[in-house]
Amino acid sequence: MLRRILRSREALLVSAIVLLLLLISSRFPGFVAPANLANVFNDTSPLILLAIGQMIVILTKCIDLSVAANLALTGMVVSMVNVAEPGLPIAVILVIAVGLGTILGMFNGILVWKLAIPPIVVTLGTMTIFRGIIFVISDGKWVNSHEMSPAFKSFPRTDILGLPILGWIAVLAVIGFTVVMTRTTLGRAFYAAGGNPHAATYAGINVGKTQFWAFTISGALAGLTGYLWVSRFAVSYVDIAGGFELDVVAACVIGGVSIMGGIGTVAGALLGALFLGIIKNALPVVDISPFWQLAISGGAIIIAVALNAQSNRGKGRIILKRAEQAT
Amino acid sequence: MKRRTFTNLTVGLGLAASLFGTTAMAQDNMRIALVVKALGIGFFEAAAEGAEEAAEELGGVEIIYTGPTDTTAEGQIEVINSLIAQGVDAIAVSANDTDALVPTLKKAMQRGITVISWDSGVAEDGRQMHLNPSSNALIGNMIIKLAADHLPDGGDVAVLSATTTSTNQNVWIEEMNKVMGDYPDINLVTTVYGDDLADKSYREATGLMQSYPDLDAIIAPTSVGIVAAAQAVVDAGKVGEVNVTGLGLPSEMAGAIESGASKSFAIWNPIDLGYSAAMIAHALASGAATAEPGAEISIGRVGTITLDDTNSAAMADPFVYDASNIDQFKSIF
Repeated sequence: MLRRILRSREALLVSAIVLLLLLISSRFPGFVAPANLANVFNDTSPLILLAIGQMIVILTKCIDLSVAANLALTGMVVSMVNVAEPGLPIAVILVIAVGLGTILGMFNGILVWKLAIPPIVVTLGTMTIFRGIIFVISDGKWVNSHEMSPAFKSFPRTDILGLPILGWIAVLAVIGFTVVMTRTTLGRAFYAAGGNPHAATYAGINVGKTQFWAFTISGALAGLTGYLWVSRFAVSYVDIAGGFELDVVAACVIGGVSIMGGIGTVAGALLGALFLGIIKNALPVVDISPFWQLAISGGAIIIAVALNAQSNRGKGRIILKRAEQAT
Repeated sequence: MKRRTFTNLTVGLGLAASLFGTTAMAQDNMRIALVVKALGIGFFEAAAEGAEEAAEELGGVEIIYTGPTDTTAEGQIEVINSLIAQGVDAIAVSANDTDALVPTLKKAMQRGITVISWDSGVAEDGRQMHLNPSSNALIGNMIIKLAADHLPDGGDVAVLSATTTSTNQNVWIEEMNKVMGDYPDINLVTTVYGDDLADKSYREATGLMQSYPDLDAIIAPTSVGIVAAAQAVVDAGKVGEVNVTGLGLPSEMAGAIESGASKSFAIWNPIDLGYSAAMIAHALASGAATAEPGAEISIGRVGTITLDDTNSAAMADPFVYDASNIDQFKSIF
């Protein structure tokens, strides 16, 4: 049992992260100061939120490339709402953000479920559509810092016990989705639908509908992150978070989520996102040539995928934990 | 819909032309058309204001401020054709397309109309001269000067650029390095790249403040970078210690000026640009100057320009925006 935990993907990632932190601290000791680590976690929170959503989608053998565009569209809508109605309470802004994100996610889900279009095609399409809509509604203009209300900007920055609310939202999402994924029928259905769709169908799980819910959750998280993002960077324009969907997929892959579906955990997605987040935050301070930075990020992803392929080789797919223990 | 707008426009212009025609006969007014990328854009409205100012200063000049309703080359061609029909004396155009306007503008020049481009140029064949808002050398000098002006005792500065391959930014930084000798107390510690992404620029700016705790200024010659760096300085609680400066738009930087994260920044001044375009058009159309390489043309209060081998010229240093004038410009562009 202990041996299995030690050999697990998560343990490997934790040790990789510790090693990475030691390496960084040898060049820049200030990086591992608790306050800075809190900052790094806070900065990585949007990635963690999106990686959780993406993990669920990937579990069902799908992929959601529209998350960053969803984030940008929701961010633009809430910032425009804020400009039009500066007095609107933040709770309403949050409802709008999550609501709009959910609708956009459902749109992806419906296309995948009812029209059976391959998810990569659907989300490539909606990615462009969402960015296009931002351009149409904003006329290509920016919503700037001085136009946003102070409350709108201060919400994710508010400090509670040394960590801003943005970070706490990520913590809550990790805890909440760990429970959902391990303790609810829907959570287990995600694993079943991706791990073995035929068996899942025989077991009475509607695979298409499960995928629909996966996209819906991913969309809701992207919408929530949309508000947090524009508020954190105090600016909103067409291209925000451009290319961020690839970081999100990379975080999942590094975190041991199998791109073939059926394998992955919330903890894995969290650790994968943290690994990328630490690299992103460390590269500016360890004084590495910017020309090398992309190569380093890319190298980390390839190593992770190689490890994944190794560890998944020859093993059967596990759907039911109890059955596995019985053997 | 589009056609109707166009018809209205031509009717309107025709009416204006006949009115101007009578005054022209009476006072021999020179008519200069300021053709912009599209009507209703703050930047160009401000340029038109500058052109009117020039007209007032020169006397006997009518400015016709016009342009298509959307930023298309076709729309501009229609507008220019109607200006040719009216027989204006000069056309100063900010082009939506470098090449598409050339045949129409050539036709205008054949009819003896002075044609210049400004802001966004047309190919050499299609104009007598082109007015750039500024030049790489002037921008390079300006960005370091902005930082140095607020550091009388010298200090450490860092550059936050766009991507490693952005041509504009690389040229400006190169030009900046050439004049570093003029600012002996300013020490450039490093150049980092935010890839024109808000999150990466923010992270790089945060990293700069960690790696160089004594950093006095961040120079960001890119509009995404300067905004992100200003936000990073505010979030790090370093307003007053680290000054963010560089190139940005007043509408986007108003918040940073307000919070004090940025003391000043620069970009072209649309009013001066319109003013200068009108001045040059007047000088060329009246024969006071000729457009040829090496020619010097006076542009009133803005100074003098010198044409280079391609008959282009740089107007002036980028204009500095700070707390004193940001409110006037933030609604313009």
